[in-house]
Amino acid sequence: MNDPVAYAVAGLALVAAAYAGWLMWRDAAFSNGLFYLVMLLELVLLAMLVGGVVALSRTERDVDGVLFVSYLVTVLVIPPAAVLWGVAEKSRWGTGVVLVAMLTVAVLVVRVLGIWQGAYV
Amino acid sequence: MSEPRPPRSTSTGFGRALVAVYAVFALAATARSIYQLASKASEAPVAYALSAVAGVVYVVATYALATDRRSLAVATIGFELLGVLGVGALTLVDAELFPDATVWSDFGAGYGFIPLVLPFVGLWWVRRVRS
Repeated sequence: MNDPVAYAVAGLALVAAAYAGWLMWRDAAFSNGLFYLVMLLELVLLAMLVGGVVALSRTERDVDGVLFVSYLVTVLVIPPAAVLWGVAEKSRWGTGVVLVAMLTVAVLVVRVLGIWQGAYV
Repeated sequence: MSEPRPPRSTSTGFGRALVAVYAVFALAATARSIYQLASKASEAPVAYALSAVAGVVYVVATYALATDRRSLAVATIGFELLGVLGVGALTLVDAELFPDATVWSDFGAGYGFIPLVLPFVGLWWVRRVRS
């Protein structure tokens, strides 16, 4: 777990957010492209959870392990929840749900980095 | 939705995205308070109890909006509005009372002032759907 990894993941979430925002602007409902992008992010977040737990078990740092892992698990739940909730709405606001979720993921990933560095709480 | 012309619900259209925002805050406030109460309840009991109250309010508001329970939605969102205004004012007047932050501290500044804007949007939306 280091800065480039966290920023790359947050960046991917922001790309997905931008795409969802663009679809919303175009008044488009859920698209396959958005679905694949969100699922790609989900896989990356899964890898981040695994990598994070491995890194936590090896590190000498004073990281708040419970907080760190609970953030990693929480962030993993958000994309599927957004897809399930958003796909039922056949209007621009279905993609609006994904926009909200992706921005949340980006914020959480940056906070995960902060927890890893011991910057919070 | 098997009715021929289903009435508009608080969870359709814009409400769909609004519920998502509420869900995020329900998660943020609840998770924060569980962590705070579990790990260091004695440090700032007022702030942490308030985090828990805020969490419950957001959870119930999310549920009410998602399932189209309008009076419950108005009640919880109204409480949320009073909470963010009251706690926001208190944190400015008496910082001693809140040594650690809650979602409503400083009118929600730590969360981009979204906690301050959200209840107004929520009440507007419930009112709009009713007509």
